[in-house]
Amino acid sequence: MTTYHLRVNGRDHAVDTDPDTPLLYVLRNDLGLNGAKFGCGLGQCGACTVTLAGESVMSCLVPVSVVGNRPVGTVEGLGTTRAPGVLQQAFIAEQAAQCGYCIAGMMMRAQSLLAQNPKPSDAEIRKHMMPNLCRCGTHMRILRAVRRAADALPARGTKT
Amino acid sequence: MTRALENPSRRRVLAAAGSLTMVFAIGPAWPQDETPLNKGKLPGSLEKEPWLDAWIRIDADNRITVFTGKAELGQGIKTALLQVAAEELLVAPARITLVTADTARTPNEGYTAGSHSMQDSGTALRHAAAQVRQILGELAAKRFGIGAPAVTVRDGVFTAPDGRRASYGELLAGQQLHLRCNPAIPVRAPEGHTVAGKPIQRVDIPAKVTGGPAYVQDLRLPNMVHGRVVRPPSPGARLLEVDTAAIVRLPGVLKVVRDGSFLAVIADGEYRAVKAAAALSRAARWDLQYTLPAVPPFTSAAVVLGLPAKPYPILERGTPGAAGRTLEATYSKPFQLHASIGPSCALAQLVNGLYTVWTHSQGVYPLRDALAELLGADKASIRCIHTEGSGCYGHNAADDVAADAALLARTFPGRPVRVQWMREDEHGWEPYGPAMLTSARATLDASGKIVDWQYDVWSPPHNTRPGKAGNLLAATHLEKPFKPDTPTPSPQPEGSGDRNAIPYYVLPNARVVHQFQERAPLRTSALRSLGAYCNVFSIESFMDELAHAANVDPVAFRLRNLADPRAVDVVRNAARKFGWDQYRKTPRRGRGFAFARYKNLAAFCAIALEVEVARETGMVRITRAVAAVDCGEIVNPDGVRNQIEGGIIQSASWTLLERVRFDERQILTRDWAQYPILRFNQVPERLEVHLIDRPGQPFLGTGEASQGPTAAAIANAVADACGLRLRDLPLDRARLRIGR
Repeated sequence: MTTYHLRVNGRDHAVDTDPDTPLLYVLRNDLGLNGAKFGCGLGQCGACTVTLAGESVMSCLVPVSVVGNRPVGTVEGLGTTRAPGVLQQAFIAEQAAQCGYCIAGMMMRAQSLLAQNPKPSDAEIRKHMMPNLCRCGTHMRILRAVRRAADALPARGTKT
Repeated sequence: MTRALENPSRRRVLAAAGSLTMVFAIGPAWPQDETPLNKGKLPGSLEKEPWLDAWIRIDADNRITVFTGKAELGQGIKTALLQVAAEELLVAPARITLVTADTARTPNEGYTAGSHSMQDSGTALRHAAAQVRQILGELAAKRFGIGAPAVTVRDGVFTAPDGRRASYGELLAGQQLHLRCNPAIPVRAPEGHTVAGKPIQRVDIPAKVTGGPAYVQDLRLPNMVHGRVVRPPSPGARLLEVDTAAIVRLPGVLKVVRDGSFLAVIADGEYRAVKAAAALSRAARWDLQYTLPAVPPFTSAAVVLGLPAKPYPILERGTPGAAGRTLEATYSKPFQLHASIGPSCALAQLVNGLYTVWTHSQGVYPLRDALAELLGADKASIRCIHTEGSGCYGHNAADDVAADAALLARTFPGRPVRVQWMREDEHGWEPYGPAMLTSARATLDASGKIVDWQYDVWSPPHNTRPGKAGNLLAATHLEKPFKPDTPTPSPQPEGSGDRNAIPYYVLPNARVVHQFQERAPLRTSALRSLGAYCNVFSIESFMDELAHAANVDPVAFRLRNLADPRAVDVVRNAARKFGWDQYRKTPRRGRGFAFARYKNLAAFCAIALEVEVARETGMVRITRAVAAVDCGEIVNPDGVRNQIEGGIIQSASWTLLERVRFDERQILTRDWAQYPILRFNQVPERLEVHLIDRPGQPFLGTGEASQGPTAAAIANAVADACGLRLRDLPLDRARLRIGR
């Protein structure tokens, strides 16, 4: 066991864990964050997507020991049910979920796009969302929700 | 976290004693239990559970609790049932707490499957709530000493013209209505609805988009430990030996469990359990079995043909052998996955001889029965609580992982054991949607009328759900294994492999045979829409082939052979919204149409779509899809749209991409690279769902209605686009690419 200092959603945490533990398990089991989900453990589905220094990554493939001081973002950091963020409001407005298991990963994938390109074209949204899988077939609503969030953002704002 | 097991029948006896007092106290305001209610069938699940207080309870502090034996599977059923109950109880949905499938608390409504929830539970709740409201209204009138029509009600409070008020909770004063439901009591007229029929936002979505604890995967109980099971490398493989000495010394490992070929590890941390299971897998030596048939590419249906079949004629009408022009074709689908994004997960805990199991099973009561047999325990000592999982789309590994967790909990009493399958477990061991083969033969007379129809469908079982321990995967691997139940076909009209094998068209002479195959080389069970997917794909592809032979437009050809005006409506509606008659074909593109009424008794669905086929890559892209749906009275229009949209995209994925591959020894498609599903680049550019509402008509199951029509519409559009009629699923790139 080693102690790691992580900055997650703007808060600092100290975690004692094995160095090879993927960030996903640390977020879920040590920090009690539900957003990132185990889907495949192989980096193929995106259910575990979080942001690492603003870039979306599959947290099932990132050992906690390589995170370092890069800030980690999860869906919990976008807002709450009482005060949902722009992306969360958009997903609720579009009712962009069925079972919803993939949705937190979808939102974090979208978050990294909007942070870098607040006014993406529809084609750019589709391309950016490609790595993430949804089995319920909620894709059209997810695309609409990302579009809605982008439209709601100021042209050069990065805070969602 | 453990709660005392509550026995529903005991609870009702106690409740009955309470309400008996009320009957004496209040007298004639109450309908009597003895009224002859059972002349006809009771509506929906009231047939199985007629007591009002099994569905609705109102406490003295005005808490309203509604119970359903159905489970949220991501289909939005919680929201729709809340709408139905709130509409009749005349309260805001937010005032109601909804308790879903729990063997200690809710009615036993069997499985949440077959698009039955609104028909079964929605109908039951509607009638139960209407009666509760009526009784409350009578109690209020009595208390106020005025006639019922003079009493007004708002958000759970009655008001007399002079301003006196009485809430639901005050009127019942802690008593529950232990009365049999009288379905003759009228439900609210649809014109006056304020909650039902409205596109209310789903109650579960806010938690799901903010990281709230929404799934069984998110349950973290105090002192919880983590289990992982090491599955055999191939079906039928036996564990010869395993050296566990090194495994038990790994960090965090609490126990290695072996029972025959059931091999598992329990650890204090999840990733430690994952690593220990990998090490355990390397330490195990298996007797590999060559149990699977050798199947060349694209002919997985040959597996099906090779199996013994028992014919069940399900339609024999008119006289066969009419003269005319005869067409024949065979169609097939491969084994396919449910492929939930979240691998199956369950928690189980054994405390003082009582098991509690948190599960995303579709049927908590049948699972409880199977677990009782597996564990050699009394049913009353097991409580199964439905806790939402990743979408399942049928019988996936939910029940199997619950069995894993229960078996591990038995060896590790006191502490909750959480088991989540790994991706390769889910892809490799969930029960698959069976491969199927169909054969269609029809005769057209000179005027293009179908004068003869012969259809056979060969299919392994679509229902190997538990109820019996032997249907749980782990039970078949134990030292003393349980044998899987002998599957039987489900009867018509719903059917299983033969679901929708009888066309909805008017056919004067027709014979349809279900060739039921009891055993397949791979474990198979219910995948969304069962046989309807393949049967509708076959029938609706064949209808296009017949239309082509008769030189009639495919939509016009269908309309000629449809009698039910509601079927005609959806077909016309989909064609109109798509612009079928104005369609102008362009190179590489083509249009396709298909229609079915799910199970011939649930929702009507017609789909028109356009595809673009790139023959140089074999890639099919859906440019536009338009669906028209009639599911009776609509409770939540956006919920229906969401289900139909999702069904179209999921079915497009099955149809264009999906096939379980295997060699003689093992499953080869163990991850998303080997078993790809549709991604954002292949979903339609545009997708529209048009709803035809039928206020006052019964709810018709919707969740599976678009699976079959989508497949046929795509195949028909591909044929229109490039002239290739493909009859074997999936319509994958290898088959469509020129010069493959």
